[in-house]
Amino acid sequence: MAKKGNQADTKLLMIENLQVEVEGREILHHVDLEINQGETHVLFGPNGSGKTTLLMATMGFPDYQITGGRILFKGEDITSIPLNERANLGFGLSFQRPPTIKGVNMRQILEICGKGDKDVESMARSLDFDEFLDRDLNDGFSGGEIKRSELLQLMAQNPDFLLLDEPESGVDLENIALIGKVIEKLLERETVSQKGISRKELKREREKAGLIITHTGYILDYVDADIGHVIIAGEKCCEGNPREILKTIKEQGYDECVRCCGLNTGALSKDKEIRSN
Amino acid sequence: MQTQKEEKEALAKEASDKVSTYGTDIDLEAFSAETDPHPYQEDLSAFSQTEQSQMLKAGVELTAKNRSGTFIQKDLSVVHASTSQDGIEVMDIEEALEKYDWFHQYWWKAVPVDMDKYTARAELHQEHGYFIRSLPGTSSIYPVQACLYMEEDNLAQDVHNVIIAERGSELHIITGCATAPHVKSGLHLGVSEFYIKKGAKITFTMIHNWVEGVAVRPRSATIVEEGGLFISNYVCMQPVGTLQTYPVAYLVGEGATARFNSILVATSGSVMDVGARVYLKSKGTRSEIISRAITTGGKIIARGHIIGEVPGIKAHLECKGLILTDEGMIHAVPELEGHRKDVDLSHEAAVGKIAQEEIEYLMARGLSQEEATATIVRGFLNVDIEGLPPELKAEMDRAVEVSEKSLL
Ligand SMILES: Nc1ncnc2c1ncn2[C@@H]1O[C@H](COP(=O)(O)OP(=O)(O)OP(=O)(O)O)[C@@H](O)[C@H]1O
Ligand SMILES: [Mg+2]
Repeated sequence: MAKKGNQADTKLLMIENLQVEVEGREILHHVDLEINQGETHVLFGPNGSGKTTLLMATMGFPDYQITGGRILFKGEDITSIPLNERANLGFGLSFQRPPTIKGVNMRQILEICGKGDKDVESMARSLDFDEFLDRDLNDGFSGGEIKRSELLQLMAQNPDFLLLDEPESGVDLENIALIGKVIEKLLERETVSQKGISRKELKREREKAGLIITHTGYILDYVDADIGHVIIAGEKCCEGNPREILKTIKEQGYDECVRCCGLNTGALSKDKEIRSN
Repeated sequence: MQTQKEEKEALAKEASDKVSTYGTDIDLEAFSAETDPHPYQEDLSAFSQTEQSQMLKAGVELTAKNRSGTFIQKDLSVVHASTSQDGIEVMDIEEALEKYDWFHQYWWKAVPVDMDKYTARAELHQEHGYFIRSLPGTSSIYPVQACLYMEEDNLAQDVHNVIIAERGSELHIITGCATAPHVKSGLHLGVSEFYIKKGAKITFTMIHNWVEGVAVRPRSATIVEEGGLFISNYVCMQPVGTLQTYPVAYLVGEGATARFNSILVATSGSVMDVGARVYLKSKGTRSEIISRAITTGGKIIARGHIIGEVPGIKAHLECKGLILTDEGMIHAVPELEGHRKDVDLSHEAAVGKIAQEEIEYLMARGLSQEEATATIVRGFLNVDIEGLPPELKAEMDRAVEVSEKSLL
């Protein structure tokens, strides 16, 4: 892939001034977002604000029509390349509401994700999901089982850039720990220190990046995300320290974000501090 | 007094112009009724390569070791009948007729001889067919295979088959119908009567491998006694001229079960009218009718009819169709008929194109649109059949696989 200057080297994903329409209605208005290699970002926002829309448009689903702006991945404009090509470039998405596919079982989909050369059985075991291998994809899966199924598929796929849509919603506490650890691993964020390698070096070597939608923020207990964003009514209104954003939302609700949106310079300057760290 | 033979013949004569309720009417005179006989062949490996490969496409594997018996009829001649397991009988129906004085109890007792002009013709022009029977308590270790092969062009093949599973026995049958590659037209009429005694089980897997110009009118019925089980799988994925069949099962004994699965693919020019009808006549009887239909340009009518006559029965009908091109047509006709308040009858029917959402989901995992479509179609055709022996499952999978290649 052609590299375009120094900036593009570190910028893994650049979303510029993105406008997205669904069913003829504009859902996202002028959204900007940048993710560097090795970074994990989280996305907050009230129900219906456009978070899933942003992920689906980034992944390239045709129903999420990009009517303005562009998406660059590793410096290359991918705004109009098809879904499966993005998957093959290293995008992996876990769905909020995946469809059921009758007659295609879990084992088959994992073979597809892993291009046939992964140890599907042991992967499934690691997510306590081996009993589901012969079941049809998402057929009658509970909410929490769907999350594990999605994650298991990403494990087999092993993408460079993960788009996770509420991976922990509806998951019981025990399984949150399980899921959290898997996501941590997929994003190369395990903190087990290896001899002779500092955390800073670990971070520099990290290639995987991610964008995670969360309402609860539980995922932050496992993945020490770098940056948080808030989307309200299709506009990105804040970017900053994910824990601080979560704290504000928990204490003051999205009303505070709406209020702050009007004068969001504070949040943005905070963001600059984080990035320069 | 009239003998049974005379009685049936009289009924058949009366019905010889009786148009069938379903399917386009076929001019029986258009086909020849006679042809030269073919010699009997003891050695299965002596069949020509072409014959072997045509039969193989219909699931009949002449060289296979894992078969309990083999029956082959070519045009109007029985060319092979053998069995390799005690307690399993495989023979020419004419031989059974002579051998057993009780045989008349199973002749035209499930299918009425005067149902339509096709059953009538089968009585008046019948040439052989098979008799397969498992003796009380016997289980066929491997499936028995039967093949009805059409070698002569424009011939009418009328066969009458009787299959009996005696008390507590188990019979697995794979039957394939196939034509020689040069055949352009023909008529296949097959009457099949199944009798499943107390606690017995029959799985019957039929794979059809016809050609464009062939007309097919099978007529079959099954009577299932107490605790008996009948599983019928029908696969027809190759082109055919016109095919119409509506097998019936009568669940007369308490706790009897019947399951019908059919997998149909209609290519351009094929017309398939395929159904299954089940009468639940006794307490605790169960039934399931499942069909999967795909059209790539042909016409499919998928019927199902469940009749619940007594309380405490349960049955389900599932009819799914995929239309892959605008030229194709699928008409699902699910019918439920309850005669008592305590019956549990349900159906599910869906006809349409492949859900875009499912294709996109697989594309998000890296598959191209074509690969995603193929995966979903394969899944659609992958009906899980409980109680089917692995050899038969493998044959079905293979038949599906062969056709998929030409489908996608
Ligand atoms: N296929 C669709 N047809 C019509 N409207 C849609 C469609 N998909 C999304 N929308 C609308 O777009 C808006 C944003 O939806 P989106 O799913 O992106 O929200 P979200 O932020 O992910 O919400 P949640 O937190 O509830 O998951 C909503 O008003 C939704 O109703
Ligand atoms: Mg959402």
